Amino acid sequence: MGKIVNIQPVTRIEGHAKVAIHLDDAGNVADTRLHIQTLRGFEKFVEGRPVEEMPRIVCHICGICPWSHHLASSKAGDACFGVTPPPAAVKLRRLMQMIAYVGDKLLHFYFLAAPDFVIGPDADYAVRNVIGIVNAAPNIAKQVVHYRQLTAQILENFAGRAIHPTFSIPGGVSKPMTEAERVEMLAHALELLDFSMFTIKFAKENVFAKYIDAIKTLGVIKVGHLGLVTDDGALDFYDGKLRLMQPDGSHEDFADDEYLDHIGEHVEPWSYQKFPYAKKWGDGPAMDLDNPVGVYRTNCLARINVCDKMATPLAQAELEEFRAEFGRPTHLTLLYHYARLIELVQCAEQTVELLEDPEITSSDVRKKIEPRSGRGVGCVEAPRGTLIHDYQSDDEGLITQANLIVGTTHNNAAMNLSVKQAATELIKDGTYDQAILNKVEMAIRAYDP
Amino acid sequence: MPVKVVEEWLNSCSGCEISILNLGDTLLDLLPELNFVHIPVLIDHKYYGQTGESDVIEIPEADIGIVSGGVRNEEHKHVLEETRKKTKILIALGSCAAHGGIPAQANMYTNKDIFEKLFRGSPSTDPASDPNHPNVPQWLDSCLALDEVVEVDVTIPGCPPHPDWIAEALTALLEGKTSWSLPERSVCDTCPVIREKKSAAGPVRRCFENLEFNPEEGLDKMRCINEQGFLCLGPVTLAGCAGKEGVPRCIQARTPCRGCFGPIRKGARPMVDMMGAMSSVGLDPKTVVDRRAIMNRYIGGHGNLRPLPARPARK
Ligand code: SF4
Ligand code: SF4
Ligand code: SF4
Repeated sequence: MGKIVNIQPVTRIEGHAKVAIHLDDAGNVADTRLHIQTLRGFEKFVEGRPVEEMPRIVCHICGICPWSHHLASSKAGDACFGVTPPPAAVKLRRLMQMIAYVGDKLLHFYFLAAPDFVIGPDADYAVRNVIGIVNAAPNIAKQVVHYRQLTAQILENFAGRAIHPTFSIPGGVSKPMTEAERVEMLAHALELLDFSMFTIKFAKENVFAKYIDAIKTLGVIKVGHLGLVTDDGALDFYDGKLRLMQPDGSHEDFADDEYLDHIGEHVEPWSYQKFPYAKKWGDGPAMDLDNPVGVYRTNCLARINVCDKMATPLAQAELEEFRAEFGRPTHLTLLYHYARLIELVQCAEQTVELLEDPEITSSDVRKKIEPRSGRGVGCVEAPRGTLIHDYQSDDEGLITQANLIVGTTHNNAAMNLSVKQAATELIKDGTYDQAILNKVEMAIRAYDP
Repeated sequence: MPVKVVEEWLNSCSGCEISILNLGDTLLDLLPELNFVHIPVLIDHKYYGQTGESDVIEIPEADIGIVSGGVRNEEHKHVLEETRKKTKILIALGSCAAHGGIPAQANMYTNKDIFEKLFRGSPSTDPASDPNHPNVPQWLDSCLALDEVVEVDVTIPGCPPHPDWIAEALTALLEGKTSWSLPERSVCDTCPVIREKKSAAGPVRRCFENLEFNPEEGLDKMRCINEQGFLCLGPVTLAGCAGKEGVPRCIQARTPCRGCFGPIRKGARPMVDMMGAMSSVGLDPKTVVDRRAIMNRYIGGHGNLRPLPARPARK
């Protein structure tokens, strides 16, 4: 009789998960599972709610990336009501999104991921955390805390709420930006850009170079990738076409409202989270480590793989350096951390660009909406991956059907595979300790679920 | 001696934990006095021991327990009871923990209807039976606030609570106090808008267009949102969302309050009180679309929201 090793809760991630590692009689890994244990039922309980209220309801799906849900929902609402928001409204939505993402990426890198690299994957759990970093590198920690809080403060001062916003609404946004607000925000944006450049440089020198062996092995799987790109192939977080890339790099592009033709969701009895898969890649999904079928990933590594280029110059230079070393597509799971910081640079640059655009202070920020029956699909790239909101409304503008596929869900099958790969490589003949189990978790943490 | 703290999240979204981090510099100042012995978002302490050898969930003993999120499933209930057992003072952090929060909107539906929709009624999902496995905890009949399951000592409401109140409550407890609460004031009491005690008559307006205001001018030059004819839950919502200074957060965004701090006092009946407040400015509460859900948006626990008997489909 073998035994089961339980890791619960999976820590330094957003949400509730448990890893069960099944060992055979010889103490080698027979199977592993990542169980997602919570379910809240948003798709059901939003039925009957007014479409224009949705962006301020569904943001509560995630308190780490509320802006993603807020904006995907606003876009789905725009489409349901058949309105195109004025250009300044789109720019303000994008601006809020970029500032929120700068904060999120700093949070993930320094607070959640860095303890494994800066303190070390084998360290005792009591110090392998952000408080350990505060003690080990107080100067950097101080700056991180400051800049992350600054992103929250900028959002709050202008848009009222940084967490669970109300600012964006079908037809546009709730208020314009004044010139005084723009000038003040731009000064902060330039500081954020500086700190973002510092961060990627710091990480390249102190993390990625040092852990290159782990990067080349831990959690590595060969599957597909999904992400939004603009018409000319640049990485975009707010809008564009979806690009689904096969493990070999070939890809197909499609409009977000055609997602049902390309993506299916499979249910397993042992997880509340579904398993999205690429419908056209065979009879999927199969979470078979040697021969995965239909499995793809989202989030930053996927976006970095599917895009032809970054949208901004400093980020583009980083992408070129990254691709020169790792190629396209790369399948190395821990490179999620590197990809996340290339995106951090683009988010910070786009924040500055948007604030330098004179149109952003236009007072025309909202189209009036009329209730009608319709369907609307809104898709954005959340920090954790492609986010799809699909609504149908009746003629009073109340929701009759909602379908949501959120970033982390797309990664469910891939995370299961990475856990299996990591555990199989690391646990032999029944030998394991807390450091090894932490490395299994690092394979999950890379995805930032 | 630093005070030992346990932090857990149940049916939550992590927003409350982000609000703790949004303490920023204040958090760095407080850290030497707080010894977090269990906090899944930041520290790798495990329920079953660090190598998973135990078979019962164990939370370390601590002086203060902080729990966010409502109680949705058997395991939440168990973790909450274990936390209660191991901690001297239990804090309910956020409106999910205090009142059920947004996820308690699910209480308008039966579990059967919800699972039917999620696993057999979604256009992208291959229909399947409900997940059923020892590692996916069974749902309770409804989404509960913490005090429906255990005794709660301190409530820090809000969705999420403002960092100022988290700091103030923790500081009070560090000083040896055993209770803390926000003063009983309404969001309106802290709102600077112009009020004339009457509204443009007619049915309550939905947010199909923006409020009327001049963006170059402060909120003190904008007319009250209820008086502009839209629903704003400020009159029946506890004040404090902007922290120690500042104006209510949604009003700052020029959008109406939806009640995320919950009722002003225990036992209040916000829905009834709000109908009164609307009538007093000449608005007809019966014209609020989706009234039950909107007025109980953050407070669906405590039996406030329940499934209604099925109505015949509208033609
Ligand atoms: S109270 Fe709000 S922020 Fe806190 S867990 Fe609930 S939804 Fe999230
Ligand atoms: S009803 Fe709303 S806008 Fe009017 S005073 Fe109260 S909080 Fe302010
Ligand atoms: S205005 Fe109301 S809904 Fe908005 S943050 Fe304040 S209490 Fe919450």
